[in-house]
Amino acid sequence: MSGALEVRGLNKDFRLRNGMASTVLHAVADVSFTVEPHRTVALVGESGSGKSTIARIIAKLETPTSGQVLLDGRPTPTRATADYRRQVQMVFQDPFASLNPFHSISHHIERPLRIHHPELSTQAVRERVVELLERVQLTPGSAYLERRPHELSGGQRQRVAIARALAPGARFVVADEPVSMLDVSIRVDVLNLLADLQRAEGLGVLYITHDLATARHFSDEILVMYRGSIVERGRADEVILNPQHEYTKKLREAAADPDRLGELRDEVRREMAGGAA
Amino acid sequence: MADRYASIRYLLPKWSGKLGAGLVIVGLITLFGVIAPYFTADPRDSGNKGLRPPSAEHLLGTTKLGYDVFAQLAAGTRGSLYVGLVGGLSAMLLAIVFGIIAGYFGGWLDEVLMLATNIMLVIPGLPLVMVIAAYVQNAEGLGDFARSSTLVALILGITGWAGSAVVLRAQARSLRTREYVAAARVAGESGLRVIFVEILPNLVPLIAAQLIFGVMAAVLGEAGLSYLGLGPTNSITLGTMLNDAQTGQAVGSRAWWWFVPPGLLIAMLGTGLSLINFAIDEIVNPKLRLAPQAARLQRKATKEGKGVAGGGAFA
Repeated sequence: MSGALEVRGLNKDFRLRNGMASTVLHAVADVSFTVEPHRTVALVGESGSGKSTIARIIAKLETPTSGQVLLDGRPTPTRATADYRRQVQMVFQDPFASLNPFHSISHHIERPLRIHHPELSTQAVRERVVELLERVQLTPGSAYLERRPHELSGGQRQRVAIARALAPGARFVVADEPVSMLDVSIRVDVLNLLADLQRAEGLGVLYITHDLATARHFSDEILVMYRGSIVERGRADEVILNPQHEYTKKLREAAADPDRLGELRDEVRREMAGGAA
Repeated sequence: MADRYASIRYLLPKWSGKLGAGLVIVGLITLFGVIAPYFTADPRDSGNKGLRPPSAEHLLGTTKLGYDVFAQLAAGTRGSLYVGLVGGLSAMLLAIVFGIIAGYFGGWLDEVLMLATNIMLVIPGLPLVMVIAAYVQNAEGLGDFARSSTLVALILGITGWAGSAVVLRAQARSLRTREYVAAARVAGESGLRVIFVEILPNLVPLIAAQLIFGVMAAVLGEAGLSYLGLGPTNSITLGTMLNDAQTGQAVGSRAWWWFVPPGLLIAMLGTGLSLINFAIDEIVNPKLRLAPQAARLQRKATKEGKGVAGGGAFA
């Protein structure tokens, strides 16, 4: 099937210098997967497993040591072209850092519009910015135009970041832990928004997270990453309900589970009681 | 547009006593330097009686050669401010080019630019300025320019940017790894636009502080050069006045009106610019403002008997 974003045999090594000696860290080792339109692929793994490096390679902020990023079956150049940028966008992890404190909200959404659609008039850009803000449920959009990032809450900022990613008319969005910096109470709202937009636009989403629960909920396919390689992949329910790899099982056990509520607390109490006796 | 004002407000320092005092001092001196020369007598007219103390005719007396000190002071202030402005601006431009480009692009460009910066940083400033000034002023073919204050200002500028460049580089290196810079690149912004639109505005307080520091260094540097007799010879500055006073043995002949006013003015200008710089530092580093403020509030609360931390717990 054409029209997919694919990474093939991706490797990324970092050279760690320690005085005169240097060691090589294999941050990403031989990773391949495909993100298709209308589908969400979740990349799950612990900190340092290389998932953010993959996001940065796809966003062309980092060059892979070897391997390729293919768009619609064609290899893409190392340096991003305007066309690639228009089609592949990214939502960053930290909404407090990903918006420039100096600029207004409208600047953040206006710029990608102007870069990728230079034919639009000032008036048309304005209208489009308002429309995008309202699409991410910041209503009325015109009330947010002149505000600055520090006046907005974390959830609102992340919505702005999502609107910015949508502005060029992207077909693929890499969401690098888009809710890990947000309050628990608004995480689901932001994820639902992403899912709604995905359905409406037919986006292909690469959802990077360390949270198995949301990965299962919001994605069609799950890839589990451990120390730079993908150790398990499959349909979301399959991976969660029937984990094969040791690491996936561990991850699943570490996740909060309502059925086991209080189990750990009881265990600790038992041990303390045992120790006191 | 509301947008514009918000951007400007974001950059302005918070009002404080320091800022107010600094602005008043620098404002008055600038006003004096800009306006007074139009109303004073000719500062180059030596037809007056020499070495007269202040009087109604000569507000600040006269020099040994019969120049009116007040007129010279007005012209000298203007000359010094001009040197400060040109010297400070050229130092700032060089610091921006070297510091921000090195910090943003990194790699071998960073190495090369920082090598140049470090060399400039360790060469002792005043001797280098003296050598360059002496050399250039004796160079053929420069004509009047060789004796002008513009040239002295430019020499001070090209020898005084290294410290600022190091500061700007450090901050630019920190800013380039921010996510909003990465986000701007993902959005498709070009390298130069990222530097000038995304990074530079966040450096403005720092650049302003460096500019004021540069102006101060140029004013003082010029005064030092002129005092040593290496300053501009065809214009009057506060430094050349001090040089005249020194060669004319103003101290020995107790002509305080000759050397105190220019010395005082240089000191005041330095103080005022420093005060403004402190206020700008408080935007760059809010801790500088918050810590003394917290200590003040605590002290006040203790005085009113509302303190909870007891006596010696000031921050």
